[in-house]
Amino acid sequence: MILPLASGSLSWYLTRSTGAVALILLSASVALGVADVRRFASQRWPRFVIDALHRNVALLSICFLALHIITSVLDSFTSISLLDAVIPFIGSYRPFWLGLGAVSFDLLIAVTITSLLRQRLGYATWRAVHWLSYASWPIALVHGLGTGSDTKGTWMLTLDLLCLVAVLAAIGTRLGPIWPEHPERGRLTLGGAGAFLVFLAFWVPSGPLATDWAKRSGTPSSNLHHRPIGATR
Amino acid sequence: MSHHLRVNPITCEAHGMCHELLPERIDLDEWGYPLFDSRPLEPELLDHARRAAQACPTFALLIEREKKPGRA
Amino acid sequence: MIPAAMLAAEPQPTHATAGAELPRLLSSSAPDRATTLEEHLAAHGELAPPRRRGRETGLIAEIDHAGLRGRGGAGFPTARKLRAVAASRKKPVVVLNATEGEPASRKDATLVTSVPHLGLDGAVLAARALGADEVIVAVCETAGESIDALARAIAERGTERHGPRIELRPTPPGYLAGQESALISHLNGGPGLPRFLGPMPFERGVGGRPTMLSNVETYSHIGLIGRHGADWFRELGTDTEPGSALVTISGVVADEGVYEIEWGTRLRALVQAAGGMTAAPRAALLGGYGGTWVGAEHLAELSLSDAALARHGASLGAGVIFLLDGAACPVAETARIVRWMADQSAHQCGPCANGLPALAGELEQLTHGVPAPAAPQRIEALAALVRRRGACGHPDGVSRMALSAIATFPDEFHDHAARGRCEACSAPSRLPLGAIRR
Repeated sequence: MILPLASGSLSWYLTRSTGAVALILLSASVALGVADVRRFASQRWPRFVIDALHRNVALLSICFLALHIITSVLDSFTSISLLDAVIPFIGSYRPFWLGLGAVSFDLLIAVTITSLLRQRLGYATWRAVHWLSYASWPIALVHGLGTGSDTKGTWMLTLDLLCLVAVLAAIGTRLGPIWPEHPERGRLTLGGAGAFLVFLAFWVPSGPLATDWAKRSGTPSSNLHHRPIGATR
Repeated sequence: MSHHLRVNPITCEAHGMCHELLPERIDLDEWGYPLFDSRPLEPELLDHARRAAQACPTFALLIEREKKPGRA
Repeated sequence: MIPAAMLAAEPQPTHATAGAELPRLLSSSAPDRATTLEEHLAAHGELAPPRRRGRETGLIAEIDHAGLRGRGGAGFPTARKLRAVAASRKKPVVVLNATEGEPASRKDATLVTSVPHLGLDGAVLAARALGADEVIVAVCETAGESIDALARAIAERGTERHGPRIELRPTPPGYLAGQESALISHLNGGPGLPRFLGPMPFERGVGGRPTMLSNVETYSHIGLIGRHGADWFRELGTDTEPGSALVTISGVVADEGVYEIEWGTRLRALVQAAGGMTAAPRAALLGGYGGTWVGAEHLAELSLSDAALARHGASLGAGVIFLLDGAACPVAETARIVRWMADQSAHQCGPCANGLPALAGELEQLTHGVPAPAAPQRIEALAALVRRRGACGHPDGVSRMALSAIATFPDEFHDHAARGRCEACSAPSRLPLGAIRR
């Protein structure tokens, strides 16, 4: 099966699709995580279900992330190596934007490993590392916007927007109990989210949505002239 | 060998998942903290009890082998 | 507040043996100051010089034969604790607990400010028996007099050759600061709050080493047993509860303060020694704020031994005896104690952090203007709900005290439930509250 996977189009499609699915699952995981810590429960959604769902969706997103990385490495269209997946900014394909993916992935590795080893590490350590998941998500989003070939597509933009709204709503809910006791943390978070939105509002139209983004983002010239079937304009 | 439920009252934060997963033995008081007696766990409930202990977000629920003579 | 302690108690010979006399612990005390090392040695004699090497385990056997039990409140057999610590191969630490978080108790402060060398002797002897080279003296940081007295006594002693070094460590105020795991946690640099899981102190305590932690009075008894032996110790008291003990008596007695009794003494004899009653008592609270109320009808014949008190569901605890006067409102007093104890909670465990304030609230309902018919049942339910569900015994004590109040004052509780407050509800509190707060 190596040949079809290594062919320009199939693995490239797989990379893009698994990346998109990973983003959706990651967003869902953040939302479920907030529902978990905020102790959301109903008749049909007891606490243990929310908790288990959060863990399983998170693990599933890691699986899709693994596929996303493997297919991008196997793909012959671009020269992305396995190392690029964990060491940021050393690649040749859109190094900065791809590197953000590595950063996000590194953070998720830390979160995943500590979660799997929770019992040994103890609650305090696990919890401290788990906060990194809030950092991992926006970095993953910007990675997708900057590296992704589908950013310009309406459906992808819509998905990105839906994920953004979901995570912002989750963070808003998370702030609920924090704000009364630590208003400065609430203000800081809101400020950070606001700054992120402002950044997106300015960068997305002038960056990934612009016609010359592929060149500006660091796509190697060998890829610029070759447009495989299905790549968006 | 008998198994008994025990809770670390300091780490317990009243998430209540233990009650959801082992309602046969664990009730919750009016503030959401677990209530159970010191009877040994029935063998058919042992797997459920282990699942409940694993689900506890703070590892407060413990399953102990052999009876302990009271609090540490 | 209890005024300055009365130091000497009358001799209470219940045995015909010559020399079996009180006071023992307080025998060398001078009024209003601590005995110097010189005076102390003149009164009690020198300790045998320490062995150069090895543990002096003979002392443990002597303490075992003496039947000494801990005087911090739990009454655990001291020899058993020593043996548990000695069983470990690591070098142990001795901790002398003089924190005395119980507001109605003044015995530890009395020992420390009058005869500090006795407790220090005992701690040093324990250190020799265990092969420990360190003695930590824990005292509340707000107890200025105690700190001064101990600091002076420690300085007087210097460091004896081959002897342990003695270090004074102040602790934060609070009812639970002297609880064993809380104190060890504090000495290890952590929060002074009770722990739940973790090694037993006699295995791994201060600095990860086996820790012998006992009350200053316990060590004071050891200081004397080390000189006079177990048989001497047993000349007073009963067969099952040998020796003497310090008690703090307050309330409707003429001379509130700290007295030394032998186990088995009648309460009325102690009251006599304390100058007699100033008014007819309604009841006694025995064992401190986490202790038990016992009605006046039982007090006349009551003997001060845990065996006798057990028949009334009580124990002497850290030797605290409070006599409530007939004009006071027992419901209001109980409510105040529970509220104070709720405030003293470490707030680590849900049932205690939630249950004690709820219990206090229900009791306070009874002291308000309107009837509260459901309150007594609710109080009983809450008291049962908090029992044995905390990391330490704090909620258990409050539960016991509250339930004993309902059992001892059924009419008062019934009346308050049916009619609301009584005239005495707003009278000033008879018990010391707020003196030690966090």
